[in-house]
Amino acid sequence: MSTAMRAVDRLCFAWSAVSGQRLRSGLTVLGIAVGILAVVLLTAVGEGVRRFVLGEFTQFGTNIVGVQPGKNTTFGMSGATISSVRPLTVDDAAALTRVPAVTAVVPVIQGNAEVESGARARRTTVFGVGADMPAVWRMTVASGSFLPDDGFTNARPFVVLGQRMYRELYGDDNALGERVRIGNDRFRVIGVMASKGQMLGFDLDDTVFIPVGRATEMFDREGVMEIDVTYAEDEPSAQVVRDIERLLLARHGQVDFTLITQDKMLDVLGDILDILTAGVAAIGAISLVVGAFGIATIMTIAVSERTAEVGLLRALGARRSDILRIFLVESAVLGAAGGAVGVAVALALVGAARTLVPGLPLAVLWPFVGGALVVSIVIGIGAGLLPAARAARLDPVEALRAE
Amino acid sequence: MAVPVIELRGITRRFVLGDSVVKAVDGIDLDIGPGEYLSIMGPSGSGKSSLLNLVALLDRPSSGSYRFEGRDVTALDDDELAALRRDSIGFIFQFFHLVPRLTAAANVELPLTLAGVAPAERRERVATMLAAMDLADRAHHRPAELSGGQRQRVAIARAMIAEPRLLLADEPTGNLDSHSGAQVVELLEGLQQDRGITLIVVTHDAAIGRRAQRRLRLVDGRVESDERG
Repeated sequence: MSTAMRAVDRLCFAWSAVSGQRLRSGLTVLGIAVGILAVVLLTAVGEGVRRFVLGEFTQFGTNIVGVQPGKNTTFGMSGATISSVRPLTVDDAAALTRVPAVTAVVPVIQGNAEVESGARARRTTVFGVGADMPAVWRMTVASGSFLPDDGFTNARPFVVLGQRMYRELYGDDNALGERVRIGNDRFRVIGVMASKGQMLGFDLDDTVFIPVGRATEMFDREGVMEIDVTYAEDEPSAQVVRDIERLLLARHGQVDFTLITQDKMLDVLGDILDILTAGVAAIGAISLVVGAFGIATIMTIAVSERTAEVGLLRALGARRSDILRIFLVESAVLGAAGGAVGVAVALALVGAARTLVPGLPLAVLWPFVGGALVVSIVIGIGAGLLPAARAARLDPVEALRAE
Repeated sequence: MAVPVIELRGITRRFVLGDSVVKAVDGIDLDIGPGEYLSIMGPSGSGKSSLLNLVALLDRPSSGSYRFEGRDVTALDDDELAALRRDSIGFIFQFFHLVPRLTAAANVELPLTLAGVAPAERRERVATMLAAMDLADRAHHRPAELSGGQRQRVAIARAMIAEPRLLLADEPTGNLDSHSGAQVVELLEGLQQDRGITLIVVTHDAAIGRRAQRRLRLVDGRVESDERG
């Protein structure tokens, strides 16, 4: 009789204590469960948003490079340096078509104008683009055809309507061949786009597309806002980017433009969204901390209530380390139960949410779920350390006297 | 003569209370042989419980030497003392000290559980012990469902389950009516006689104290009288 208490017996003993105080243990477990629930749910939302946003951005494909005027190293700074740069022009766009491996070039101007057809009028987004736009933006034409390849200047005054724009102006009637007025100019409708839906809240269907040269005049701009370039799928993006850079540098004499590759954009976006996920996980973690204090509190109470029991166990031959372990296992059980309940409820809620609202961006991060369970046990042990150490330090004679 | 189970020489236990030092046990010499039945009596504050705690290896003396079964135990560390208590000493308390959430059987099993005895063996020994204590039908009751006498019998079963050589009872009848008290005392005496264990009973109750073969009377932490027969 010199071996120590068996682990399974320690667990049973801890369970008897936890289940002996049903209400109290239940409430304590709930504290951790809420924390775990918060972490699992919030990270599911965070990951869902991440996947949703990245999906939105990659819907145009990944072999696309955006050229913007102005030299900037980060996003959102173009306004600060724009005065000292030469604009990107349709001539730049034309030159880019000659870069090897480039499959399509689309200069882009975006503006707002009133579109009028007969008695109906609607103010909407006007895109000035090139003939390759459907291929580059991965949009399809529902009826008629897209803008013909007239070159970037002197294009004929044709317009292609976005799906929503078409419905607004013509309902179900034929629009092809109809005349519309955009701003002060007249255009003939030659096509209607199929629905593309929204991208980050921007409705790509509530638009009209006109030749980029016409848009330059309409909005009185010197240059274009962006040039989108696609290249062959099997071409290494670094090589294409170098070629584009070399060409534009030769034309402009200085680096007064910025290339945005999908890789780079996705990297930066991914980083931002990772921080977002970590941020919401941190918010969830705050409630876990609260739950941990709940366990610490209840374990402190348990130790003072069961001081006499500690004395008894010591008299019966339990060592200080046995007492420490008995209470640590007990707080670990509380933590683990909280983790299990939290994960179960979180998964049930995610399942229910998916069933009720199919489009909801939710993605359960399984490593987080596993991690949450481990963390809840660690929290239980951590929260129990102080009370358990207090119990282990109790003098057996003093402890036996407590009642 | 056999080696004494307990051999105390000049044992003292001092407590510091504020500015003053109280000598709860004040230089006691005492030999207790195997199989002896000893009662310790004396007024409140005479040091009965303090002496019992020292003998029980729950407390350490301030000075003096203590040999337990011939072995000097004053220098043992906490874990060694715990192992000695577990394997050699049975305890019975005035307030039973049963774990309220555990069944009678689980309470009796506790010393074996702490010692890491295999579950099957534990169950068998507990069943035998409960039957011997006439508690077989109470095995699955919790302490709150038992009478005072039954509770103390469960406690005695727990004290005996590890087959100790020394049984210490601190006011075992203090919380019982006279009938249950008498039953408990008879049970303890039976165990002492049948199993040859050493029995030490601390009590206020002169009627119970008188029954022991050897009667120790303490006053102010010293042995006032030590009668035999």
